[in-house]
Amino acid sequence: MGSRASTLLREEEIEEIKKETGFSHSQITRLYSRFTSLDKGENGTLSREDFQRIPELAINPLGDRIINAFFPEGEDQVNFRGFMRTLAHFRPIEDNEKSKNAAVSEPLNSRTNKLLFAFRLYDLDRDDKISRDELLQVLRMMVGVNISDEQLGSIADRTIQEADTNGDNSISFNEFIKASFVVRGNCMT
Amino acid sequence: MEDFWAFALWALRIWLYLVISLIMIPAMFGFSLGISETYMTILVKTLEWATLKIQKGYADEQLEASASNGLIQREDGSMEKELEELRRSRPKPPVGGDFTLSDCFYFTRRGIESIVEDEVTQRFTSEELVSWNLLTRSHKDFQYISLKLTLVYSLGIFVRYCILAPLRITLACIGLTWLVIGTSAVGLLPNWRMKFWLSELVHVMCYRICARGLSATIHYHNRENKPQKGGICVANHTSPIDVVILCNDGCYAMVGQVHGGLMGVLQRAMVRSCPHVWFERAEMRDRHLVTKRLQDHVNDKTKLPILIFPEGTCVNNTSVMMFKKGSFEIGATIYPVAIKYDPKFGDAFWNSSKYSMVSYLLRMMTSWALVCNVWYLPAMHQQEGEDAVHFASRVKSAIAHQGGLVDLQWDGGLKRAKVKESFKEEQQKQYSSMVVGEDSSSNSD
Repeated sequence: MGSRASTLLREEEIEEIKKETGFSHSQITRLYSRFTSLDKGENGTLSREDFQRIPELAINPLGDRIINAFFPEGEDQVNFRGFMRTLAHFRPIEDNEKSKNAAVSEPLNSRTNKLLFAFRLYDLDRDDKISRDELLQVLRMMVGVNISDEQLGSIADRTIQEADTNGDNSISFNEFIKASFVVRGNCMT
Repeated sequence: MEDFWAFALWALRIWLYLVISLIMIPAMFGFSLGISETYMTILVKTLEWATLKIQKGYADEQLEASASNGLIQREDGSMEKELEELRRSRPKPPVGGDFTLSDCFYFTRRGIESIVEDEVTQRFTSEELVSWNLLTRSHKDFQYISLKLTLVYSLGIFVRYCILAPLRITLACIGLTWLVIGTSAVGLLPNWRMKFWLSELVHVMCYRICARGLSATIHYHNRENKPQKGGICVANHTSPIDVVILCNDGCYAMVGQVHGGLMGVLQRAMVRSCPHVWFERAEMRDRHLVTKRLQDHVNDKTKLPILIFPEGTCVNNTSVMMFKKGSFEIGATIYPVAIKYDPKFGDAFWNSSKYSMVSYLLRMMTSWALVCNVWYLPAMHQQEGEDAVHFASRVKSAIAHQGGLVDLQWDGGLKRAKVKESFKEEQQKQYSSMVVGEDSSSNSD
């Protein structure tokens, strides 16, 4: 029951989420009703299947990787707090926030955090490095069966060559930042 | 004690007489004494007043709520356009394909957008209202705003549950009983012209009584385009009540599966007096048989137009989903009809995975009223060289446009089934062609 569930969200909880994510009160309650409508098991958490039930996400070539970003390592349930924390990466930066002193604590939707989110889509084994093999696997997800192994391999090689500055044949987070955003800085801001 | 029962019986009799003389008789012959119009006027005034009150109480929050698009960043554009944007200042490499690490942003943004708000799953839950309509079942719960409003709300509960609900249930029972008795009786007559005429009369009468049982106020537009015999009427589907709404203005031959229970009794009675097309569950799977029977029906010009809801599932009346091509393969004239309910007076959408038929009907009967617009669109024909799928989607767009509904490509079957893998493959193909270019994608495996 959507309407009843929305009252289950306690005022203190909203305040905490507000502080952590920067979403406004009404945005939080709105996303909570979305959360409960996705929660088919009605147990206050979402599973991977709950996400996959969204058709537009299910047809997204990187859908599985995006869903994965919501789940901490080794867990297969995410609660509303965790759900909001991940979504907060994509909250638009408001004008009055830009002037604030960002050094106090970095908001989830800062540029670096957004880039980290993208980096982790490629970093399948969460070792903070994108190896050639990982890049190949993600590329394969994106293109399906439409490009030959050979051609995809050369794309991966070229991408790593371009980004890799310390010669370890993989891309670290620092290299990732430089590689994709030297030329164009405001992709996600 | 004796006296009490005598009084109760007397009261019940008066009640029935009143119902029959003031509502049923006028309903049967399609005229109105103006009672329901007066009720509607009062209702519209009350809701307008309540909306004003609520807006005053939440002047600041209303502003914020309207900015729900500000939840996450959004952009609307095709894959090509957006990726081009992402790669804008990058020179295209001469060999090895065009891929950049930032390409994943496009997919991520799309993915997150669909998690926050998607086009499909939201169509299967109740529509969100701009302002609370004094019904606790809408997405906004009861909130204390002012004493006056609370009083009106309580009065509303009393009127809806203690006066309207018993009245409507009585009407619905009478209507349905009449349908069973009437159609069975007409079914005994020999197949003269008289029979068709009587059958139509009985059907329309019952539906009119049932419509009163829902306090339905229906506005029909462009009646000159009403479906003719030998054609197929297709409409968007919100709930089983759609049938009552459309049949108030004329009779249709129904197509569907044989049900058990109450529905089964109704179906068996109805088929006696006029030729509806009911299929057994096993027969439904046999597409050829279904097409054949529909074709036979359409070719017989004396038979009523067939009513079909090609979405195949109830959608919450904010959009029109994919039309199944079956009814468009027959080659008959298609009469599109758009139905749009006014959500302010009660939510007409039947969320069949959440509510049973009976509890849905009870909810409808305790809502304020059922207000809806029906548009008859000009007849449409399959064009030369057009296949059934395209024809279906052309008809769908026409209905969506007329009804002010969102025209979606998605299959309503997604309510229960998972999305087909081929849609994902399409996305991958589109992206691949951007990476390696159209020509080289064709000669790879």
